[in-house]
Amino acid sequence: MRPTATPLPNPPPQGGREQAPASGPLGPATRLRLAGFARTLRDNGFKVGLAETRDALNLLAQPVARRPATLKPALRALFCATHSDWDRFDEIFDAYWLGHGRRQARVLTGAPTAQVSPLKRIAEAARQHGPHGLPDHLQRRDENGETQAHGSGMREGASRADNLARTDLRHITDPADIAKAEALAERLARVMRARIVRRERVGRRGRRLDLRRTIHRSVPHGGTPIDLVFRRRKDKPLRLVVLLDASGSMSLYTSFFVRFLHGIVDAFREAEAFVFHTRLAHVSASLRDRDVARAVDKLALMAQGIGGGTKIGESLATFNRWHARRVINSRTAVMIVSDGYDTGAPELMAQEMRRLRQRCRRIIWLNPLIGWRDYAPTARGMQAALPYIDLFAPAHNLESLAALEPYLARI
Amino acid sequence: MDITRDQIAEKLAEVGYIADRDLATALWLMDFLKRPLLLEGEAGVGKTEVAKALAAVHKAELIRLQCYEGLDHNAALYEWNYQRQLLAIKAREGAEEDPNNIEEHIFSERYLIERPLLAAIRRIDPPVLLIDEIDRADEEFEAYLLELLSDFQVTIPELGTVKATSIPRVVITSNGTRELSDALRRRCLYHYVDFPDVDREARIILARTPAIDAALAVQIAHMVNAVRKEDLRKLPGVAETLDWAATLAGLDIHDLKADPEIVHETMICLLKTREDGAQMTREVTARLLGKVA
Repeated sequence: MRPTATPLPNPPPQGGREQAPASGPLGPATRLRLAGFARTLRDNGFKVGLAETRDALNLLAQPVARRPATLKPALRALFCATHSDWDRFDEIFDAYWLGHGRRQARVLTGAPTAQVSPLKRIAEAARQHGPHGLPDHLQRRDENGETQAHGSGMREGASRADNLARTDLRHITDPADIAKAEALAERLARVMRARIVRRERVGRRGRRLDLRRTIHRSVPHGGTPIDLVFRRRKDKPLRLVVLLDASGSMSLYTSFFVRFLHGIVDAFREAEAFVFHTRLAHVSASLRDRDVARAVDKLALMAQGIGGGTKIGESLATFNRWHARRVINSRTAVMIVSDGYDTGAPELMAQEMRRLRQRCRRIIWLNPLIGWRDYAPTARGMQAALPYIDLFAPAHNLESLAALEPYLARI
Repeated sequence: MDITRDQIAEKLAEVGYIADRDLATALWLMDFLKRPLLLEGEAGVGKTEVAKALAAVHKAELIRLQCYEGLDHNAALYEWNYQRQLLAIKAREGAEEDPNNIEEHIFSERYLIERPLLAAIRRIDPPVLLIDEIDRADEEFEAYLLELLSDFQVTIPELGTVKATSIPRVVITSNGTRELSDALRRRCLYHYVDFPDVDREARIILARTPAIDAALAVQIAHMVNAVRKEDLRKLPGVAETLDWAATLAGLDIHDLKADPEIVHETMICLLKTREDGAQMTREVTARLLGKVA
């Protein structure tokens, strides 16, 4: 039985020193301190609810739990929910309870508000002088911005902006147009999701008799099978894993893809996103931020390469080794968005592409350069990767992104 | 029931499971807070063994539910024995009995088949319920499980609500092949099971392979530890280590360095894919052996 929450005895250990087990109710100071710890954890992304805090108070009432050697693992088991929580817990615990580095503790406590504003500020600053992800006004070239504008618009919702849809993303320069195109990219991802699901529902036809349920239904009829029950194949939803190249050479396209990514992660129930340049970062969690602007800002910042070339092969290796098992299932399409300029060894690239190929259902490689006139995939990295790619498609404008949808629906 | 953490560690050791302090704390906390324990970690680190050892410690029955894709409540919770129900109906057909009576009869306990989850809450002595590899089951199944884990009762429409006669100790394991829902995670205590360090692995080898010398056990633990640092597709788990230790003991080896050839040949106990086997060449084995002090 759970001990009742009242009365609350005995203070928790402080400063890592063993304390004489003083009895008596838990002082309000201690309770506040524990609540503060729970808040610190929450600020650091832990999912700590009232139930956990209450259990922690009950725990502190136990004489055994008062020893720091027990308290730490006990609170860790109670408050952690994922492996990444597990890895970070000790640091936060030490900073908060044992007081080494009070400064650090304060930084950790203030995390959510303090973290966002500098991020925003930096992102803002980056945007003002020579933004990384946005097309620069100096590079304005209007060669096909207007001329190609007319034609069959993009499906659903996008038709109002068909000229935007067909313009190469790097040529969209007007800030209002950029915003519109980004919003469109995001919307596109959602529409894609809706269509794929619809098609799945209609397309499910294979029927098989469910013998067990049929017999069950026949019981009221004295065993004559009148109600036949059929079994339908339950399809797993398609899972999309997107690996976005955020290196310098892709910078003109990055911001659009970030928005596209945000739309995908938000709309697909099963989607994971990664960003890489010299190393790989798992960004699904940042993208799930409800606040679109904040999510995109966070990511834009993460996506800013420090230079030093793109290590696609190495990033893929990291992905295969540490993430693939968790994020890839039998119904997963991996979408790599990159121009294929790899500064690493092509052999590594080929090896990792092969490994990836063995795991997932489809590999889609979106290359914005395909939209350029006279492009041929001659980059060595791209050459090495080609044999393992199921669909090699352009992604230089919104229309080319929309063209993916029927392909995804068929997988 | 009321045993401390150190006692738990001791008792686990008695039944052949060498636990670290953190795990012992988590197991103690599990009893104290009556929460299920979620164990995550690579395949082969001994997550399932924890539940087995826990059952042995408490001398409780171990009820195991192996999850798989498409697992539904008929396979996990309960099912009616339709065949017997039909027979019962046929047998009474001529007797002109009140249909209500028949219905009541065929939807009674006698015709109910217990599946692991229902069985776990209807035992008189609290059993250990092991829900193995929950990440393989569908997300819908997690929702069923949440209901059971929060109220410890099961509603069977034809029969009514079955309340738990005893609260089982629940151990849930996951290999992390998909993300579990936050709701489930929050309901559980969490412990990440890592590969054991050299010292603990050596003690595990000694506990499980009594015929082996202590020096060889330490060498094996070092060697396996080195192998895990290589870039392999499937890292060898504790079970593989034990296989290898048993093999070496069976071949009457006392020192790994004395016979590198045999070490290399028996490495197949550790490496389970062709690619990994090809990567672990004689040279690599020799290099790793060199590191083993």
